[in-house]
Amino acid sequence: MASVEEDIVMDLARQSLRDVNRFLHKNGSSLSGKHVRILNPAGNHSVAVGLNETMTVQIDGHVGYYAAGMNRQSTVTIEGNAGCGVAENMMSGTVHVRGNASTCAGASAHGGQLFIDGNAASRCGISLKGGNIVVGGDVGTLSGFMAQAGRIVICGDAGPGLGDSLYEAVIYLRGEHRGLGADACEEPMSDEDYDLLQKLLVAARTNYDPQQFKRIASARTLYHWNADRDQEY
Amino acid sequence: MCGIVGLLGKTAEIRESLGGRLTPMFTCMAARGPDSGGLAVFNRPLDDSIRRYSVYSPDRNQDWDGLGQLLHNHLSSDSLSTDKASKISDFQIRAIENHATIIGNFDTLDLTEEISRFCPALRILSVGRSIEVYKDVGEPAEIARRFRFDSLSGTHCVGHTRMATESAVTPAHSHPFTGGEDFCLVHNGSLSNPYMLRRKLEREGLRFETDNDTEAACRYIQWKLAIGATLEEALHEAFVELDGFYTFLMATHDQLTLVRDAFACKPAVVAETEDYVAVASEFRALAHLPNVSDANIFEPEPEEIYSWPV
Repeated sequence: MASVEEDIVMDLARQSLRDVNRFLHKNGSSLSGKHVRILNPAGNHSVAVGLNETMTVQIDGHVGYYAAGMNRQSTVTIEGNAGCGVAENMMSGTVHVRGNASTCAGASAHGGQLFIDGNAASRCGISLKGGNIVVGGDVGTLSGFMAQAGRIVICGDAGPGLGDSLYEAVIYLRGEHRGLGADACEEPMSDEDYDLLQKLLVAARTNYDPQQFKRIASARTLYHWNADRDQEY
Repeated sequence: MCGIVGLLGKTAEIRESLGGRLTPMFTCMAARGPDSGGLAVFNRPLDDSIRRYSVYSPDRNQDWDGLGQLLHNHLSSDSLSTDKASKISDFQIRAIENHATIIGNFDTLDLTEEISRFCPALRILSVGRSIEVYKDVGEPAEIARRFRFDSLSGTHCVGHTRMATESAVTPAHSHPFTGGEDFCLVHNGSLSNPYMLRRKLEREGLRFETDNDTEAACRYIQWKLAIGATLEEALHEAFVELDGFYTFLMATHDQLTLVRDAFACKPAVVAETEDYVAVASEFRALAHLPNVSDANIFEPEPEEIYSWPV
């Protein structure tokens, strides 16, 4: 933990978004291990995108679209809500949303971990390609759509069409869903599932018991074209 | 992409400063819709017999005093039956640049008809006991300045910044659209079946001013209201009949109503406090409202109807 005097404070009420992001990009390894606070995000888009150092960044307020997108190595905490596409295309590191997240949280992320303490809106983890998402609350419609790899943990309920057209990503759902999407199916939990889920729940600082979750994965019926289905799925 | 903003004041203080609160929201959302802008503002309804007409002139130097005199002569002339004319003894025109509000005892006379005959260059933007509309093409910030949005007061208002995708950029194609009395709608999105709706409504006798998709939605919902549906009932039918993407923000004299389509891919954020309900396409338009840090902030669910009474 960095001591207070080592904190770097940036203020979006005084500095332009471009200046803040440029500072985080250009100072490279000199920011490694440092703690950066960003004040007054005021719903701005693209705050702290494209980070590539082992720094920690704390954003004090609500952010707009694509916050912490393309993150690599950094740990970004958003002390508020996030607009659409938070941590989209994340490669590694951690993004933690202390409030709610809008649509497409963690879209296409290849790695890293995204923790959302509140709810996530529609299409959470759409096209996920790796990494893990843990949502403390509910997720909206079509979450996990076409997710290819990685894990999505939902501690609350899920909207309609959960896991539609899943590839090899796995969803762990604690609450209820309002309908599974095409080709998604519930499967038995294995010891490996429980172990992995336990680790994710601890990492996200949640207290839920892995025994309360069910596993939703691809039935793999869409992997091969079946002309006899006459496009009925 | 378009921008939507709306504000409903629950306190006298917010209502008094409604335009002042709304203007930064509106100009912020100009980033989503730079080609046109508009605002509908609602006040406490006038007496039953009084109507407000918002009128648009294509001429920024419109001689409204001259028009008022001509209109007065016309309304007292023999071309109108005496019982109508006797009730239209008095009316006021409040003008600002190419917009004017005409207020008078028009309950037995359709001023829209009279103006279309008498001064066809003018267009009626809204009719009602509560609503006033301002809209034009150009930079939204400039539109807000031209019509002094920041000086407006009212119970609630609905604004729109437009980025045209499916029909021309003209004053008539800008939002808000209105229909009937004291109803307006703004739209972010695009409809796939506006022509089908339009043909259906034209068979019912409705007339259209533009080929804009939002006008079809507005007239559809207003038609349902006119034949006796509540706004909630009309919207449930709209969910079935309207095809396409939409976030609609609507207002009547006594409510502000917000819906998103089944896919909810057009954004909306609501911030509600004890003092106000604020709606915008993006949170950043709400970030500077008073006590927004204590507001209940949420995104509307698909096909859920959110209504707030005045």
